[in-house]
Formats: sequence, structure tokens, C-alpha cells
Amino acid sequence: MAASTVFNRHRQTFDIAGRLLIAAVALVFALTPVLLIVSASLDPRNNIVTQSIIPPGASLKNYQALFASNIHPYGIWFWNTLKISVISSVLTVLICSISAYAFSRFRFKGRRGLLLSVFLIQVFPNSLTMVATFLLIQAIGLFLPSFGLNSHGGLILIYLGGAMGINTWLMKGYFDSVPRSLDESARIDGASNWQIYWRVILPVVRPILTVVALISFIAAYSDFLIPQIVLQDTRQFTIAVGLTLFVRAGEYSRNWGIFAAGALIGAVPVVTLYLFLQKFLVRGLTSGAVKG
Amino acid sequence: MKRSTGSKAPLGQATTGANRSRGTEVPEPDRPVQHKFFGDSLARVSVRLVLVAAVAAFGILFMWTLIANGRYPLAVLVFLVTAGVCVSFTVERLYPFRWFSPGLALMAIMLLYPTAYTMYVAFTNYGDGHLLTRVQVIDQLERQTYRPEDGRQFTWTAFRSERGEFVLWLQSDAGSFLAEPGEPFIPADRLPNWVGPLDTDGIPTEIRGYTRLNRTEVLRFLTQISALEFGELPETVRVQSLDLVEERRQRFVFDPANDTMTDQRDGTVYRPVTGTFTAEDGTTLRPGFWVTIGPRNFQRLFTSPALSGPFIRVFVWTFVFAFFSVLLTFTVGLFFALVFDHPKLPAKRLIRSLLLVPYALPAFISVNIWRGMFSRHFGLISTTLEAIFGWSPLWLANPVWARVGILITQTWLGFPYMMLICTGALQSLPNDIFEAATIDGAGALRKFWNLTLPLLMVAVGPLLIASFAFNFNNFTVIDIYAEGGPPMAGTTTPAGHTDILITYIFRLAFAGGRGADFGYASAITMVIFLILAIITALQFRYTRVWEEISENV
Repeated sequence: MAASTVFNRHRQTFDIAGRLLIAAVALVFALTPVLLIVSASLDPRNNIVTQSIIPPGASLKNYQALFASNIHPYGIWFWNTLKISVISSVLTVLICSISAYAFSRFRFKGRRGLLLSVFLIQVFPNSLTMVATFLLIQAIGLFLPSFGLNSHGGLILIYLGGAMGINTWLMKGYFDSVPRSLDESARIDGASNWQIYWRVILPVVRPILTVVALISFIAAYSDFLIPQIVLQDTRQFTIAVGLTLFVRAGEYSRNWGIFAAGALIGAVPVVTLYLFLQKFLVRGLTSGAVKG
Repeated sequence: MKRSTGSKAPLGQATTGANRSRGTEVPEPDRPVQHKFFGDSLARVSVRLVLVAAVAAFGILFMWTLIANGRYPLAVLVFLVTAGVCVSFTVERLYPFRWFSPGLALMAIMLLYPTAYTMYVAFTNYGDGHLLTRVQVIDQLERQTYRPEDGRQFTWTAFRSERGEFVLWLQSDAGSFLAEPGEPFIPADRLPNWVGPLDTDGIPTEIRGYTRLNRTEVLRFLTQISALEFGELPETVRVQSLDLVEERRQRFVFDPANDTMTDQRDGTVYRPVTGTFTAEDGTTLRPGFWVTIGPRNFQRLFTSPALSGPFIRVFVWTFVFAFFSVLLTFTVGLFFALVFDHPKLPAKRLIRSLLLVPYALPAFISVNIWRGMFSRHFGLISTTLEAIFGWSPLWLANPVWARVGILITQTWLGFPYMMLICTGALQSLPNDIFEAATIDGAGALRKFWNLTLPLLMVAVGPLLIASFAFNFNNFTVIDIYAEGGPPMAGTTTPAGHTDILITYIFRLAFAGGRGADFGYASAITMVIFLILAIITALQFRYTRVWEEISENV
């Protein structure tokens, strides 16, 4: 009896030690690239093979070079990216929540068909129909140049169109869980539909709005394909497209340090959002959206 | 809400009620009934109608521009969307659709239209050499001129405006003319009032807004002037020398009745053959226009060896990549989820949070980092392997190792997500089944295979399908890792060994360096459509979207 307890205790210690060992291996695997990039960004020798985390003669030279370059205007890219992502995100939340409210609260003929269409239309994203999307943006530019090729407006339009389906769907599900008695009491007090939506529902559904805002922001921020199709002028680029310019074929050895600095700064907004809003995201992710 | 002490309960309630209704700020709480119009006040209806009119005007202008540029399908869609929005805001019965109109309009134009248009373009030869519409090409060809043998000749004098526009004064035995680009000649006896009287040489003393160029100025602007054609077809001239301009004639004349283009110079007749005007002897006129060519793009996918070679290989690798991405990320993620799902593990939260870092980092950054680490001469992985084994694979240049490298990168990117969802799913598994299984004497491995895994799959199955669909089109990872490279040898289309369908489409349409082939790229897009449709149907069965719609009426 006693021997068995001792054995069990030992077994548990071994068990936990084993798990910690695996954790160590996992952490090395997960964090090496990140540490590498931190170290490279501080290394003025611009060398990709750095053996220590804090390289000898560490300096912020790469960061200065990053913002000094005229051929690769990183500061402008950063601003472009933030602008595009924030506008897409805010408008997505606004437009989707309006649709979701109507889907959740109104009963009318054709509702079921409409709901299904909204789900089905977004099956084929713009990244897939890139040729037709390119031609579409070109055509829109004939009438509204600020939404045509090489414009941020065009890019935002594409992101909005692509975000409608899944996010309306996500929000509608959440709106359904808000008890109707809330609307009813507001209605008795004389509130209009718009007032119920704006004053009663929106404050209650803030978690799903946050999730959708975050997902939209990150999706626009990290997109690598559509900006390449729409944007032509280097000064219009987003970070995703611009940063890759530093290290496209043959330029690795030359620009590695500067790329590392740009990568770290570029990662800050997204990583911060992830860390602060992890709990929201976990919920949002498991209800549909994917990455990786 | 304060209640004064001593007030009676009923009074207090009344106060509460009054305050509440004031708090919600009802506008026009007692609207006079006679001002009601379609259930709304006249003022609000008028504002709405003005807005509807503005939308209609915008839509019509947009449509007009599109029609003028030959974009008929989009013009039709813009018309439908505009009409839809306007009707929903005027017809009371369609009230709910007012709420959907912004979202639906965006979806129709930005998502539905590209999908439908892809299907159309897949059946055309749209691409380099065929980028214009038929109308545009005919127009462009009919503008071309030639210098006839028996053409008239004039001496000329040039006038230039502040904005850099030119007019010519032409003189010959047959008379004098004022010639502007794109306008018919004006004979000397019918000059408008902005042209002054003629001097002794028969040249206008002044043309309002223009100054006469002297010899030196003419020399300065000669290249600009020589590039212009003055007059309007069929009567135009072009500067041939400092002294002479010569008559030009329209070179190609289109005959709509016979659908032919005739070269006026030698009488050659060109007929349109799949978007190119072609003569009997095979000579063609550039540019071509795009036409529907039936299922030819799809036939090329499977029959033409030069094209189908890369297509089949890319197609197979796309499946392999997507499948192994899911398998590897799921296996690693589930393994870590199981290992760290232990009540007494210290620093559990910290470990999990740190392991989420790869997931939080945007892919366009991390894949670039991995590409750097795999780089041959200075990458961390290559140099480390070199130091230990004296050999390292060519992670970017060797077709097989490049694929292995991509899968390693992909595993790193994706395992945290899988760990996250597996951790969640594991915690929600019912405990009593496991206790029962333990009592029945099942071992840990058996419990995992027969209980944990099947139960887990119910929860994460749809997410795995979604992950497969996502990776099937994972442009970022493939394109950043090696731009699809290393390139396949001996292909007529730009394809690489690590290209998946979506990056192959991108190269065909935009980044080939061998010209854009929109039609063929769209045909491949249709293949992805088909596969995605199947995946979506599968998801439908799993996630019961259908039932959700049906129940929730």
C-alpha cells in the first residue's frame, strides 16, 4: 500500500517532468524564429546568423534605416495599413450589425432564402476570383478613381464585400441570444427600430462586435494577395506587400536587419490585439473563422 | 433615480415610469396624425425621397460610364442594385430590405459579380493580345491612317496655344484650310470669328488663344506636331517635313454587314477569327479583342500536354499541401493540448500563452522569417545543419525539400490554433465516460483511440474541414516562401514546384512575365470553385447550417 503511494508519487513527478520537457521543446520550436528576428533587428552588422540573443554592439541602427529609406517608405506603408484596416473593420461592424439586427428581429417573406444566400455567396472569396475582382476594380475606377486601381478605397470596398457574409452570420447568431423582451420594453416606451438597434441591442452585443472588429482588422492587416492586385504604386502599399520587398529574391543578405526591424514593428498592432483580447478571440475562432 | 424620503410607493413608481420614457428620447412623441404619410412623418419621407433620388442619380451616372466603356454586365448589375435600393426605400412592404441594402449591395457588386464574371471569363480568350472589347478594337483600327500615293499636299503654318494645343493653317493651289486635331477642316471662306483676317501671304494674322510659331519654335515642337493627325477622318493630314503636310486616309474600314475589316491600301480583307482580324494568308491585325471561345480553356487544362503537365502537378500538390497542413498542425496541436492538459502542471497558462505567439504573428511576417532561416548560405537552419552534419538540403531550390520546408513552416504557423481548439474541446468532454472506461479496464492508449479522438472529432471536425479549405487557398505561405519556386522546367506557363492552384492563377494572370492569361486563369478558378463547393456541402452536413436556418423562422 505505502510502496504503491510512493510509486504513484514518483510516477506523477516523472509525468510532470516529462510534460515540462515537452513544453521546453515546444517553446524552443515556437519562439526561436521570434527571438531570431528580435536579435537580427538589433544587430547593426545586418547578419542573419546571429548566435546570441543580444548581438555584440546592439543598436537601433536598423530601425533608423527603416524609416529613412525613400525607396521603401515604411512609415507610409504603416500608416496606409492602419488606415485601411481600421476603416474596413469599423464599416464591417456597422454594416454587418445592421443586417444582422434585421435578420434577427424582422420576420418577412424570403428571409430564409436571403439568409441562405448570404451564407452561400461568400463561399467564393475575392482572393479566389482575383482576375474578376481586378477587372471589377478597374471598371469602378472609370467612374470613381478613388475606388479604382491603385486606390485604398478600392481595397476597402473589396474587404467590405468579402466580410459581409460570415460576419452577418456570426452576429445574427449572437443577436438571437439577446432576449426579445428587451426590444419589447423599449418599443412600449416608443423607441423606433433604429433606436432599438442603436441604443438597446448594440450595447448588449459588444462581445461579438469586438470579435468581428478584430477579425476584420487582422484580416485586412495581414492580407498579402489583394493589395498586390489592386495597388501599383510603392507609396500606396501596405506593410504586407512592402515588407516582402525588402527580402524578395536575392536581397536577404542585404536587408535582413532592416526587414527584421520592420517585421517587429509591423507585428506590434496585431500581436497586441491578440494578447489583450485573447478570450474574445478564442470564442470567436471556435465559432467559425480560421487561420493556419 | 432618487426617491424623496417619505413619498409613497405608488408615487415613486410613477416617477420612475415618467423618467424612463423621457430617458429613451422618443422624437416627436405626439406626431399629428394628418402629417402621416406611409406611416411616417412628411418631413422624414421627403428626406428619404431626396436620398433615394441621390442614390438613383449616382447609380445612373455610374451605369452611364460603364455603358460608354462597354462594361455591359456590370452596368446591368449596377442598375439592378440601384433599383433594388430605391424600391426598398419607397415601398413600405419591403421595409426590412432597407436594413439589408448596404450589405447586400456590397455583396452583390464585390462578391457575387466577380464570381459570376469569373465563370464568364473562363469561356473567353481574355488576356494579353485580347485585352480590349470588339467595339474598342474596331474603333482603334478605324483610326489608323496611311499615306496614299495620290494624296494631296499642303504647305503649313503652325499655331500653338498656352495649353500646348496646336492648329495648322494649310495652303495649296486648291485652297486654304484651318486644321485642328479631331475636327473637320475649315475652308478659308468660312472661318469662324476667332480667326483674324488673312495677311498678304494668305495666313491669318491672328487666331485667338493661339500664337503663330516662327521657324525656331516650329523646330522645337516638330516632334510633338508630327505625332498629331490634323482634321477628322476621312480627311486628315500629317506633317511630313518642315514644308509639307500630306493627306492621310483611313486605312481600315469595317463593314458591319459582312463583319469584315478591309485594308484600303491594298484591298486585303480581314475576318475575325477567335478575336483577331485575320486575312486569307494568315496575317493578323493587332490588337485582338476578347471573345467567348467555348470550353477551350478547360480542354487545355486536360489535353494540351504543355499546359496540363503543370496543371496536374499543381493540382495534386495543392491537395497534398492542404491535407498535410491539416494533419500536421492538428497532430502537433492535439499532442500539445493533451500534454499540457494536466491539473498539476506548473506554469500551464504561461506555456500556453507563449505557444500562441506563432499564431498571433501575421503570416506575411513569419513566413518571411522562415524563408530567411532556410536560406542556403546564411540561414539559421541551413548553417546549423551544415555545422552538425556537414550537409544541408536546399530548402528553397530543391523541389522536394522546398515542399518539406513549406510544411514545416505551415506546422509552426498553424499548430497553436489547433492546440487552442483541442484544449477547448478536451475540457468539454464528459468525464463519466472516461471513468466508466477506466473501471472497465481500458488503458490510456485505448481510451484515447476509442473515446477521446472520436468525441474530439465531433467537436473539431468542421473546423478541420474549414482549415483544409483555408489551406487549399493559402496564398500567403506559398507565395512568400519561394514564390512558387523552384520553377518547373519546360513548361509554357509560369509554374513552380511549390505552386498551389491559387498561386498558379496569380502567376498566370498577374505576375507571369509571360503575359496575362485571364481566360485560362479563370478556368482554373472554376476548378477551385468546384472543390470549394464540395467542401462547403460537407460543412453543411456537419455544422447543420441548414437546420439552423429552418428552425429559426
